[in-house]
Amino acid sequence: MNRLLLWFHQLGSPPNFHAFAGRWIPWCFGVAVPLIALGIYLGLAVVPPDYQQGDSYRILFVHVPSAWMSLFIYAAMTVNAFIALVWRIKLSEHLAMACAPIGAWFTAVTLATGSLWGKPMWGTWWTWDARLTSELVLLFLYLGVMGLYNAIDERRAAARAACFLALIGSVNIPIVHYSVEWWNTLHQGSTIRVFGKSSMDPSMLPPLLAMVIGTKAWFIGSLLARTRAAQLVAESGKEWVQRLNPVRAS
Amino acid sequence: MTDAPLGRAFAAVLLRDFRLVWRRRGDAAQPLLFALLVVTLFPLALGPEPQILAKIAPGVVWIAVLLAGLMSLDTLFRSDLEDGSLEQFLLAPQPLWVLVLGKVVVHWASTALPLLLATPLLAQMIYLPAELMPPLFVSLLLGSPLLSLLGAVVVALTVGMRRSGMLLALLALPLYLPVLIFGAGSVIAAAAGLPYAGAWLLLGAALVLALVLAPLAAAAALRIALS
Amino acid sequence: MSEFFAMGGYAFYVWTSYALFVLMLILDVVLPQLGARRALKEAMRRQQRVAARSKP
Repeated sequence: MNRLLLWFHQLGSPPNFHAFAGRWIPWCFGVAVPLIALGIYLGLAVVPPDYQQGDSYRILFVHVPSAWMSLFIYAAMTVNAFIALVWRIKLSEHLAMACAPIGAWFTAVTLATGSLWGKPMWGTWWTWDARLTSELVLLFLYLGVMGLYNAIDERRAAARAACFLALIGSVNIPIVHYSVEWWNTLHQGSTIRVFGKSSMDPSMLPPLLAMVIGTKAWFIGSLLARTRAAQLVAESGKEWVQRLNPVRAS
Repeated sequence: MTDAPLGRAFAAVLLRDFRLVWRRRGDAAQPLLFALLVVTLFPLALGPEPQILAKIAPGVVWIAVLLAGLMSLDTLFRSDLEDGSLEQFLLAPQPLWVLVLGKVVVHWASTALPLLLATPLLAQMIYLPAELMPPLFVSLLLGSPLLSLLGAVVVALTVGMRRSGMLLALLALPLYLPVLIFGAGSVIAAAAGLPYAGAWLLLGAALVLALVLAPLAAAAALRIALS
Repeated sequence: MSEFFAMGGYAFYVWTSYALFVLMLILDVVLPQLGARRALKEAMRRQQRVAARSKP
């Protein structure tokens, strides 16, 4: 445990993180791109059509990984936000703030692909069941964190406020989910199951697995890249940045 | 000189804020007028048919109260921020949450309480069935302080930002959603003959929790926003 | 081959979904890069100005 803490502590030093990220970003995308490409290929061309849903169920292979990422990234953002607020670690502030736009992208794609799956399946683009409503609120929370971070001029104060908001929001999501569920069970018949009666055929597992791991690797790569860039800007007055990016006298 | 105990500090904030509100007691009419206007929007947009309006009446009243509260949130800390009293609050020896709680209580009493008392009027405008008045009133009685407390946390986070109005609304509304769902939902459940006491118990529990936690969160948010 | 593109009649839904997914991934990585270079240059220039001003 102490080795891990020491490693994380050292990573907090911006030049160290810059080098660390620089090393690992290519690897992350080097893993992510083939896996995602494989997942797309298997999902579209190899796996047989579903017994009930035909070919439309192939949307699952982009919709489900995106949905899982939207929640996973929020959890990652919450953890980093907590660390940033409690221990005032600048790196965690940057990490938390970098999570938000990536999470927002995945949430938006989840909603869009879910809509595109819902239209042929249930005949409607949208429904107000617990899952969709909470996913929509999740998007609002991501956008709120980004909006608050951009609205305050002083960067560290902005990060602290946005991290605080992220923590509050993390409590809100399960509450919204539960309250909409209660509301819908009160009005019987308006709950809709995502998977329906067909359970996962084992042949569907490989593309899903490839996509799940691939999107995680993509997220880590994107997170490292965004954090690295943000740190460069934040530390632009420091010597190590000047050495890396000598600015020609204007 | 020893520091004033919590109770005395709380009472002092209550008295001070109430006096300040009383000096501008005409302002208390504004949330009320806003809610009346919001309720007016619905028959004008959807048509004046009593059957349709009666069906959506509980939700309309709830939305009107919610939006009126949202619009009045900014005044919670605004004048104290501008004259420097807010900084003094941060420096006070008493815990900040005590002072925040006092301010929220007076704010609710001056903005939401008049709305609650005017519920019969709002209900009449939108053809709310008479037997739904008591459930509506109870749901608002439990829900409006909860909205004030949740709103206080968000407005504390954005205090000091110029032109924060829209952002404040965008950040507060997701937090308001569960309160709206259970509050308006309980009245609609009552209308459909379904059990609704559970929703009230949940709102009550949330209110108790918020009474304890929201002032603490708002105090932390104030320190973050004003650091 | 045309069967593959038809996706059992669901062509629009399936292909749009996959296209949006891939587009999102690309935008997620490319957009920050576009802004980052400009932001860094501006920040460096600002630092230069600050340093020049503080020199006696």
